[in-house]
Amino acid sequence: MAAAFRFGHLLGFCCRARPPPPLPRGLPHHRVLASPSRHVSRIPCCWASISHLADGGDRLVLTKDERSASLGTRSGEGEEEGDYLVDSSSTIAAIVTSLGGGPAAVGIVRLSGPAAVSIAGQVFRPARVRKSDDNGIACWRPTSHFVEYGVALDLQGNVIDEVLAIPMLAPRSYTREDVVELQCHGNDICLHRVLRACLEAGARLAEPGEFTLRAFLNGRLDLSQAENVGKLVSSKSIAAADSALAGIQGGFSSVVQSLRRQCIELLVDIEARLDFDDEMPALDTGHVIRTIDGMWKDVQQALDTASYGRLLQSGLQVTIIGRPNVGKSSLLNAWSKSDRAIVTEIAGTTRDVVEANVSVRGIPVTLLDTAGIRETDDVVERIGVQRSEAAAVGADVIIMTISAVEGWTSDDEKLVQHIQRSTGSATPMILVTNKIDSLVSAPISARPTQLEGNYFKKHVLTCAVTGQGVGELEEAILDVIGIEPIPSGGRKWATNQRQCEQLVRTRDALSRLRQSIDEELPLDFWTVDLREAALALGQISGSDISEEVLSNIFSKFCIGK
Amino acid sequence: MAAAARLPRLTHRLFSVPCFYRGPLPWFPSAKKIQSSSESFFPTRRPLRRRCRVVYSSIAPDRKIHGVDVDASYDVIVVGGGHAGCEAALASARLGAKTLLLTLNLDRIAWQPCNPAVGGPAKSQLVHEVDALGGEIGKMADRCYLQKRVLNLSKGPAVRALRAQTDKREYAMEMKKIVESTPNLFIREAMVTEVLVGKNDNVEGVCTFFGMNFYAPSVVLTTGTFMSGKIWVGRTSMPAGRAGESASHGLTENLQQLGFETDRLKTGTPARVDYRSVDFSGLEPQHGDDEVGWFSFDPEYHIEREQMCCYLTRTTKSTHQLIKDNLHETPTYGGWVDAKGPRYCPSIEDKIVRFQDKESHQIFLEPEGRNVPELYVQGFSTGLPERLQLGLLRTLPGLENCLMLRPAYAVEYDFLPAHQCFRSLMTKKIEGLFFSGQINGTTGYEEAAAQGILSGINAARHSCGKPLIVLERESSYIGTLIDDLVTKDLREPYRMLTSRSEHRLLLRADNADSRLTPLGREIGLIDDRRWNLYQSKQARIVEEKERLKNARVSGGDFSTEVSLLSGQPVRDSATLESILKKPHIEYKVLDKHGLGNKLLSKMEKECVEIDIKYEGFIIRQQSQLQQIVKQQHRPLPEDLDYYSLTTLSLESREKLSKVRPQTIGQASRVGGVSPADITALLIILETNRRRESAKKKQEFLRAAAADTSKDAVPIAAAAANGADS
Repeated sequence: MAAAFRFGHLLGFCCRARPPPPLPRGLPHHRVLASPSRHVSRIPCCWASISHLADGGDRLVLTKDERSASLGTRSGEGEEEGDYLVDSSSTIAAIVTSLGGGPAAVGIVRLSGPAAVSIAGQVFRPARVRKSDDNGIACWRPTSHFVEYGVALDLQGNVIDEVLAIPMLAPRSYTREDVVELQCHGNDICLHRVLRACLEAGARLAEPGEFTLRAFLNGRLDLSQAENVGKLVSSKSIAAADSALAGIQGGFSSVVQSLRRQCIELLVDIEARLDFDDEMPALDTGHVIRTIDGMWKDVQQALDTASYGRLLQSGLQVTIIGRPNVGKSSLLNAWSKSDRAIVTEIAGTTRDVVEANVSVRGIPVTLLDTAGIRETDDVVERIGVQRSEAAAVGADVIIMTISAVEGWTSDDEKLVQHIQRSTGSATPMILVTNKIDSLVSAPISARPTQLEGNYFKKHVLTCAVTGQGVGELEEAILDVIGIEPIPSGGRKWATNQRQCEQLVRTRDALSRLRQSIDEELPLDFWTVDLREAALALGQISGSDISEEVLSNIFSKFCIGK
Repeated sequence: MAAAARLPRLTHRLFSVPCFYRGPLPWFPSAKKIQSSSESFFPTRRPLRRRCRVVYSSIAPDRKIHGVDVDASYDVIVVGGGHAGCEAALASARLGAKTLLLTLNLDRIAWQPCNPAVGGPAKSQLVHEVDALGGEIGKMADRCYLQKRVLNLSKGPAVRALRAQTDKREYAMEMKKIVESTPNLFIREAMVTEVLVGKNDNVEGVCTFFGMNFYAPSVVLTTGTFMSGKIWVGRTSMPAGRAGESASHGLTENLQQLGFETDRLKTGTPARVDYRSVDFSGLEPQHGDDEVGWFSFDPEYHIEREQMCCYLTRTTKSTHQLIKDNLHETPTYGGWVDAKGPRYCPSIEDKIVRFQDKESHQIFLEPEGRNVPELYVQGFSTGLPERLQLGLLRTLPGLENCLMLRPAYAVEYDFLPAHQCFRSLMTKKIEGLFFSGQINGTTGYEEAAAQGILSGINAARHSCGKPLIVLERESSYIGTLIDDLVTKDLREPYRMLTSRSEHRLLLRADNADSRLTPLGREIGLIDDRRWNLYQSKQARIVEEKERLKNARVSGGDFSTEVSLLSGQPVRDSATLESILKKPHIEYKVLDKHGLGNKLLSKMEKECVEIDIKYEGFIIRQQSQLQQIVKQQHRPLPEDLDYYSLTTLSLESREKLSKVRPQTIGQASRVGGVSPADITALLIILETNRRRESAKKKQEFLRAAAADTSKDAVPIAAAAANGADS
């Protein structure tokens, strides 16, 4: 097993006085001299220290544990021809086509990194299994730059979209890593589901601009100067969607902060006992378990209601209600830029619930246009009205439309009261005054009545014919769901995927922690997962923990020899 | 008691045939042997730099044989004979460098001025690691212990910690013997007042108070609390490094003139009381462990001794009242000392002021030796004047009639913030000058020893032009310690704590040898005997793990006991490995049923048990580590002008200019540097690298073009390369 020993780290060049000769590139150990024969190990699978040489005078030595030699596989490293990768061990994924700009024919999910092919292989099943493969599903071995048609599957094996897979193997790709692009249908929901499948298969969500950053660092992109960091980071990314969401996360971040604080407090309690064994009272294990269970529930609740599945799978449901002929259908058409709903001058045209999908800053929104609500003898229309009410009950946001020409009427008053009764006043409502183009006199916004203010969170003026006010309406929706707590279903945060990823990491860590406690593993093992949870939560809030734990130990406990 | 049975033989070997390094006379062949073992890594010895060659050429070989330093030229000079200095000097000399150890008082070599103990959480890991590299502190603690206990026994293998109470006189004497008998090592009393610096900002030697010059291309300063040291008892102070020992003056000013930044720290030590005047009858005794643990991986030093007992007492209401009434008499609250003391080692007045609601604090009474009546009053350091100290001691149960032998005192001293050092512990300003121990702002014998061995190794390597060794943060507690020192802005004496290590599950006491002994071997501090012991130990562990993987059990008493202990059913024909993974099942259970391997030592069984039982956790931490390591280890150019990098925040430009980190990972740990700054830094590095490589490529092409007739192939290759990108 002589080859198992490597003596790289003692070797190299002299100190500054003698500049090193040019080193062969691509070798993990810059220069390997013959190892003395008596160092030959008699232990199987045993290998020693790894060198990590710097350009300065000092050697950097990373010593490995010989006993766990088999654990660190280092194959595939150091082969980048001297090109550095940013965290090259991870494979990143993101939707790289624009989001929220209305439905497009095609949208792309891109994977980049060493595991891009294997992750894509789990998500993508080619329609035609090549004959050479015994079982084509188990291992996808694509030819670079060869388009394949097939379906995308989630981890349970359900088909979620039809896709074209385009493998671009290193170095012939945008990032110079293995890249697989999955061309999906342009619908945001399809894209999100495919992305989610990729993340579940082991990819990490790309940071804003990370593809470009990798491309740059791997020498693929030629940027003349490095001053453009800011631009670089925000140029090519899903950052737009993120930043739109950033404004509505007040409630979420306070939950994260509180979870993180609890993690750190537990860490402090435990670590103080590890460093100052004989000076501390025993740990209150019951308290620790209760805290962890509480945290787990909070995280789970955040995940349940904070919309990972909800927002990405079903998105928000917005129901447009109002008296007949106030322009609900026109509003839906203008908003979804389609002729989805039939529009006539006749009151009561819409008899059933009409659905259209739009995207508000990356959040898929299902718009429901409803039959105008009124007392009616028409059997069909009456059913329509009932359905309208049902749609309103199931909505996340209700848009109450009135006509600027008629203004606020007593029928509107009755309708709102009726709806409020049936929804339990829990669903936030937005008042839309439509047809403002027909209004010649003073703008209606100048006189919002006391009454309207009681029912509605926001008031928006629109003109469905010209599309005026739709943007404000979208703002209003984001505003309303961000601020409004919904007691019945918990909070509805618009967490983005990166945050959800960290929440999942937190939850998993807490689950493992609970398991460690149940199996009565020693105290130190609890800290491993607590740290992991605190780190994941810290990623959301952007803070580091090590110093914090230490200073808390000293401020909280009386310790000292 | 196998160890006891072996005792006579081991004792005999220990004393009549001193261990390998000290070697039987004549010294020279022994020294040569070591030399050759380290040389073997460099089959062709590189020419020494000019300065070194001068040094070597001035030494006549015959002068060395008699061990008399008639010459004033050495390879390495170590200033200070404490725990850092001893490790540094021993490592350097054992690597074959002619080493001079200068100390203020030869009778105080490796003295333990504060608590008579070695080890404890995190510190014990340092001791094991120093031992794994071939250092001395672990063997000394194993030889001179009065009592040993394993702390945190049930809290996990990574935080399990051995602590030894030591006989401080015996410790100092034993270490002195080792130092005196090590080949290549010369000792001498002197007060160093000046570092001699050459034209290229390289160290050339030191100058002493009495005007002697000693020359060497590497100098290690381990000044402890002695540089401008000042001790305080109440309001009264005197210049001293320790009670009864004069401080060292002049060196601070000299270092400041050389451009080093200095600052001041404070620490303290409690009173000592007479053992015979204490009534132990009402006190809770603390006995040592029945089964003694060892710091050293070398079984030759595992010699059991009779253990002594420690006692536990507590502060009382009258203790607290007395302190509250006299707060104005303490330096901190009276306001006449403002140097920062350590948070984890607060004086009793600090504890009482900061934790008002706590009615009582634990106080430990620890013996200082087998033949001295002194008791160390652990947890009771104070800045109160001496006239109040006895009264204060007598408020403690059991000490009502005690006699005080030495008063508690505080000491203030100069240190050099360690961001002025590389992680090799060589200073950035002066080539060949190394700092180790309390001069870098640490506290504790173990922290000192850990730095000492590394600086000794590097000083020796530097003196003969070999590349220096750096231990990465995640490789060891030593690496973590040094990385913290050179990166973080320390405001109090630094003590190693387990919570400072991010991946401590990988840095355990039981695997310190498999992490560091191969390195120690390559450096040249692990001799053949030790290396063979190490290799056969590892082989036994591997074999045993393999055996447990394949050995199966079915039914019987064993299965019954396992399911009883673990609360889990035992499958038929389960492997022993899977059984060991179950909760509460230790290797002992296998032993009990005759399923263990009798050839393994206790330590080896522990290794096997940990590797198997916690495999999942260990693998997970390893993969977490691997994810970050590659990026973290990217080197930063030493000459990077951070002020010119306008994409970094102003704060991080200032901090980075001050600390001058060596790697990206280090940069990210500097306070005030944000992740965005690190991204910007990465991008700048990459831009620079590409600019360089483009330049090189052009030059290469030009050179190749000028030489077309000879070498057509590289041009074609280069051209193809160029077209590619």
